[in-house]
Amino acid sequence: MKVSLFLTCLIDVFSSEIGKDTVELLEKLGCEVDFPEGQTCCGQPAYNSGYIKEAKETMKHMINTFRHADYVVSPSGSCMTMLKEYENLFMDEPEWANKAEELSNKSYELTQFIVEVLDIEDVGARYEGTATYHTSCHMSRLLGVDESPLTLLKHVKGLHVVPLPFKQDCCGFGGTFSVKMARISEQMVDEKVHHIKSTEANVLIGADCGCLMNIGGRINRLGNPIEVKHIAQILNHS
Amino acid sequence: MSMKIGQAPFTKRVSTSLQDSFMREAVSSAQGRLTGVREQIIDELGNWEEWRELSAAIRKHTIDHLDYYLYELSENVIKRGGNVYFAETPEEANQYISSIITKKNAKKVVKSKSMVTEEIGLNHALKASGCEVVETDLGEYIIQLAEDPPSHFLAPALHKNRDQIQEVFRTKRGYANSSNPEELTAFAREQLRNEFLSADIGITGCNFAIADSGTISLVTNEGNAEMVTTFPKTQISVMGMERIVPTWKEFDIVVSMLARSAVGQKLSTYVSTLTGPKAKDEMDGPEEFHLVILDNGRSKMIGSEFQSALHCIRCSACLNVCPVYRHIGGHAYGSIYSGPIGAVISPILGGYEEYKELPYASTLCSACTDACPVKIPLHELLLKHRQNIVEKEGGAPLPEKMVMRAFKLVTSSAKMYQFSVKSASFVSRSFLKGENMTSGPFSLKEWTRTRDFPAPSNDSFRDWFKNRSKGGSAF
Ligand code: SF4
Repeated sequence: MKVSLFLTCLIDVFSSEIGKDTVELLEKLGCEVDFPEGQTCCGQPAYNSGYIKEAKETMKHMINTFRHADYVVSPSGSCMTMLKEYENLFMDEPEWANKAEELSNKSYELTQFIVEVLDIEDVGARYEGTATYHTSCHMSRLLGVDESPLTLLKHVKGLHVVPLPFKQDCCGFGGTFSVKMARISEQMVDEKVHHIKSTEANVLIGADCGCLMNIGGRINRLGNPIEVKHIAQILNHS
Repeated sequence: MSMKIGQAPFTKRVSTSLQDSFMREAVSSAQGRLTGVREQIIDELGNWEEWRELSAAIRKHTIDHLDYYLYELSENVIKRGGNVYFAETPEEANQYISSIITKKNAKKVVKSKSMVTEEIGLNHALKASGCEVVETDLGEYIIQLAEDPPSHFLAPALHKNRDQIQEVFRTKRGYANSSNPEELTAFAREQLRNEFLSADIGITGCNFAIADSGTISLVTNEGNAEMVTTFPKTQISVMGMERIVPTWKEFDIVVSMLARSAVGQKLSTYVSTLTGPKAKDEMDGPEEFHLVILDNGRSKMIGSEFQSALHCIRCSACLNVCPVYRHIGGHAYGSIYSGPIGAVISPILGGYEEYKELPYASTLCSACTDACPVKIPLHELLLKHRQNIVEKEGGAPLPEKMVMRAFKLVTSSAKMYQFSVKSASFVSRSFLKGENMTSGPFSLKEWTRTRDFPAPSNDSFRDWFKNRSKGGSAF
């Protein structure tokens, strides 16, 4: 199966490791991975700030970049939610409507793709530790993917996953919210870290880089010995 | 008081709220309690999504045909011997109500809880015309004594804990007992009983008006609305023009959704209904009844992208699940309409100038949209506001506009983008301390005050990928 990877701009800049793990994981599971060089960003930073026209230019570029793909897979729930939204955003633009819909329909978040399309629940990973999982808002509420990551983690050997209290609460990232409303954002992430600490897990796992950057940034600042990992890093570990 | 509360700018309001640890503790524990019971009652009902669909359809149908149902309602109220007044502005509503007070030579008004009378600043207007106003809902009574604005639709004194309430009662009413909730409530009851008996006029809000029978309904947990509508000889109800349902059948559904979403109950303890003044064969009820229907900017929403905000049944579920509301409480919104729905309607009713920050006071986590029993896409409406501020209102700051223009240029071109990724990595290296950035430039400063910011990757994923497809590995 040929899969086109949408890396997302955050991973492109900050976390090449996550990209690498995603590629290796997909290959392990029998996929041929293609990386369209022209890809940029899903458009969310502009879109969520109200700059819809600007965001749409980015989106058009993305539609063209992934035109050839059979499947588009991304290790980021939030960016995938944005891609899925393209079909609604271009509905009234005849030139783009079909292409946008096509892209939305063939796009999957990484864990969703593994469980729903590849139909695999055990990826054969091993990771020693006690972990808790951060449910990101866009991925669970808007994309509707909340079971797949947990299903996959359940099968990781050596990993004990403990539930995170108040898991449904946002971590306070919200893109530009984190700097525009920094005072509120700080309180939210503090509360999240407090809940994570209460689980006594030594690893925090998430499937959204924005959230992980936010929570991880706070954990680091507090000097907590909790590792922050993207789910691809766990699933590609053996 | 009117819709707007306080004069301080948004950032000041937020920092005041964030420092108020009593308030934050009170709000957070109330949220925990309310969302817990709400989830339970939803599970118990089953098919929650279908109930939401149905309720959303009822609200949409009603608002789509609002003119028809308002006409039907007013005809039926008049048929039953009541009076109907359409007020376009708060001033018109207050003038009409004051004129009744004057005509009746009323000295005392008892009120049951109502957001719309807060919105028009009715208490203030009545006091100015020399009439004493007594709030009879426990929460309203507390904040009236404390001279505070409400901080939540249904629990207006949510921001106060019981020790603070004890203190208010002690200083304002000579209360001498403990902060035990039962004792506090018993005291308020005692105080209020005499007020009911001596009031000339009763004023209520209206949860839903039932168009085909001309009935006003009031949902309470204390039964005080029952007293307000039975004791005084003259009765005035004030409603926002959208608070209407076609018939009792739809009423049955939305009122149960309201109770479930608001307080996690199948039905609120009291649902009082009032259909016109006392008829000849009736035992009780007022001798005279007035219904004031308020527009105050609502009709602007009809036919606009914000029309669905009129579907709101003011259940407060969106406030109760909102993490931003949890931390800043109701007052920081600067409007009596707080939380997610407040951030949507305050800029419409009160203008962008006054409330332009509110649409940004959200991470767009969509917990609100998920909780709303009538499926208002709250986070999308917040986004619509942001778009309006950028495109129509010219309200976006210039530096932000420049950044977004640059964003468009960079992310719609593969070459520009790849170049920027490389230079971002290069530039940010100068701000690094070890693996992380602990004190960033420009707006990143806001982030790095309490959080580290990651360093860009040392190796480029792109190089690695290219290399390995050629058989090598860059890592
Ligand atoms: S917007 Fe929805 S959840 Fe919020 S108060 Fe209105 S009806 Fe309730």
